[in-house]
Amino acid sequence: MVNEIDVKKIDSIVMDKYEADSENLLHILQDINSEYSYIPEQGMKIVAERLCIPVSQVYSVATYYKALNLEPRGRHVISVCTGTACHVRGAGKIIEKIERELGIKAGGTSSDMKFSLQTVRCIGCCSLGPVINVGEDTHGRLKQDALPKILKKYE
Amino acid sequence: MSYATIEKLNSLKESGLKRIYPGRIKINVGMATCGISTGAGRLYDQLLEELEKFKIDALVARSGCLGFCQIEPLIDITFPGYPKLIYSRVTPDQLSGIVKELADGGLTGKGALARVTEDSSSVDGSMRDYPLTGIIEGIKDIPLISDLGFYKKQLKIALNNCGLIDPDSIEEYIARGGYYPLYKVLSGLKPEEVVDEIKKSGLRGRGGGGFPTGIKWETCRNAKGESKYIICNADEGDPGAYMDRSIMEGDPHSVIEGMIIGGYAIGSSQGYIYVRNEYPLAVKKCRIAIDKAHECGFLGENIFGSGFNFDIKISRGGGAFVCGESTALMASLEGKIGRPRAKYIHTVKRGFRDSPSNLNNVETWANVPTIISRGSGWYKKIGTEKSAGTKVFSVVGKINNTGLVEVPMGISLREIIYDIGGGIPGGKRFKAVQTGGPSGGCIPERLIDLSVDFDELTKVGSMMGSGGMIVMDENTCMVDIARYFIDFLKDESCGKCVPCREGIYRLHEILTGICNGEGKEEDIDLLLEMSRSIKMTALCGLGSTSPNSILTTLEYFRDEYEAHIIDKKCPAGVCKALITYTIDPEKCTGCVRCAKECPQEAISGEKKTPHVIHQEKCIKCGVCFEVCNFKSVVIN
Repeated sequence: MVNEIDVKKIDSIVMDKYEADSENLLHILQDINSEYSYIPEQGMKIVAERLCIPVSQVYSVATYYKALNLEPRGRHVISVCTGTACHVRGAGKIIEKIERELGIKAGGTSSDMKFSLQTVRCIGCCSLGPVINVGEDTHGRLKQDALPKILKKYE
Repeated sequence: MSYATIEKLNSLKESGLKRIYPGRIKINVGMATCGISTGAGRLYDQLLEELEKFKIDALVARSGCLGFCQIEPLIDITFPGYPKLIYSRVTPDQLSGIVKELADGGLTGKGALARVTEDSSSVDGSMRDYPLTGIIEGIKDIPLISDLGFYKKQLKIALNNCGLIDPDSIEEYIARGGYYPLYKVLSGLKPEEVVDEIKKSGLRGRGGGGFPTGIKWETCRNAKGESKYIICNADEGDPGAYMDRSIMEGDPHSVIEGMIIGGYAIGSSQGYIYVRNEYPLAVKKCRIAIDKAHECGFLGENIFGSGFNFDIKISRGGGAFVCGESTALMASLEGKIGRPRAKYIHTVKRGFRDSPSNLNNVETWANVPTIISRGSGWYKKIGTEKSAGTKVFSVVGKINNTGLVEVPMGISLREIIYDIGGGIPGGKRFKAVQTGGPSGGCIPERLIDLSVDFDELTKVGSMMGSGGMIVMDENTCMVDIARYFIDFLKDESCGKCVPCREGIYRLHEILTGICNGEGKEEDIDLLLEMSRSIKMTALCGLGSTSPNSILTTLEYFRDEYEAHIIDKKCPAGVCKALITYTIDPEKCTGCVRCAKECPQEAISGEKKTPHVIHQEKCIKCGVCFEVCNFKSVVIN
């Protein structure tokens, strides 16, 4: 599934919101990423052209930062916190359980585009560890057997 | 827009006091990220609805985090004539009950955690009583908040307002003494005098290294450059540390005011807050606060008619841990990839846009207004000789009271872990505490009386870092912990210098081998040798401190490494390859719960007879161990 790129939309981000200032490259890419759930290749080319910088520079930033994705992501992004507090309270087992439930590995997206699974380094809800975010919802004090029910809630 | 004046400040203070102490019912719902994730958002909506239903006249506000994250959601209620009552772990039913009490014209205090009879603010040293009229019996028996173990030894400067005020209200911040320090600075102090005051206070950077803040300011002030920049490092990346998030969400103006004062002191008119991508609420609260500060004339041109201009922009990070390092952060601010550079020339001389740039972290900035207001002499008396003031720690992991605690420097680890943290859950044995994030180390039980300040922590091989304190019990494997941090750093290494890029990768391979039971006896020496070389040769702080977790665990827990390598055993029962799960037939009741949950169908047995785990099928996911209600699954 590849989204059609709306040049006008990208232009409004690059030209209007960030005034074609290459110092805002990271912010431009963050906005495109939240618009499309990833940064389409064509989008990178348009950004490079408008900012008068090489595509390689845009690509290097797009691949360097974890918040930016080069592949389309699922409707719900599951972020498993792997901060130290969650780690000592068993975050590793939570990841493995979700991997088994969804049949994907951390970093992957289910074939029906329903879920993407990623790990994040500490979301600062240490008292709830182990904790996951599904989209904007936080689920804490998790045990493996609670996960199937949580995942069922999402369409 | 007209600039701020002292008259305007005074009138904002008046309206702030009326918001905090409205003379009618006042309710604060703790709605920082930690509160929201335990359901505070739903409670807030429910509260508004029910107050409306009973036609109760109350002022309801969303406050930040009071620090006691373990028992959230937290709500506090002031009923005229009563002390302020704090309710913890509030459920929807309990909230309905409380609203009914309010409708009946009072509070019984049933289920309240603590009462507050006076509020004090460290910014201006003010004290304000809750005027009590008819105090009823039940309420007298509720403990004072200052008598709770969790709060007793705390002294709040950076967290002064967190959980007490509505972060969206600049008036409430001012009512607690805020923006008066800025007025003091701009109406009568020379920039050099401000720098001097910070120098004399002994304030050291709260973000990691503990560099003296005043000296940094002075160097930046004296550096040559047309434009200078003030930067707030809010890229709080240490896993297990979230005090900066809490300050930005609960008291963003303290950071903003600190930055404006810093801007005046070093001669800068532009500030940046570089916030971690994972903190959307903190970004939102800072944005609102910056707008309000603009409206009131504390940001913008000619602040307090002094001729001094200052503005602040927010920049969201991209999710790279190394961007917490100053040179990488500044590269990222410029829209480039966030890679550190060698610091032959320090950023205070040439940093952001090749101009002198003064970077401090959130907690450091939040200390500044109080130091200016109370004076360096007052501040210096708190803490130890070389580490003045307080430090916020996030006490997390295997601990009863998870939360943010602010204590004077020099307090012992024992006091933090046992008196404030309430000890280890489940009667387990305390094994170690990890401080300093991935750059820090593990401190063993025998050093628990260590006094906590910058230098003492460094002496035992760890560091202060940003103040994360992860408590570990007998079920935490120290080899696994070392591997965890090395794995973290392997992912976060920017790849620029060889020692870090290749060295950490190799350390990770060796540690993974040890955890998988493939360790060789010479591995320990190899780990030590590589750790020492990486420490000496890596380009930036991320690389050069990366082996600390290995070095400290090897120094204090070498026996655990040896058990993994020689005996092929994981004493803590964590490393999968070295453990097996079995069922104790004496304890098993045959409830079949484990067999139902096992993803591998590796457990068999008749109902009401002891079950058996078939090792050849078992993938050691541990679900049987977690679901067994009779503790019959044993880790060997």
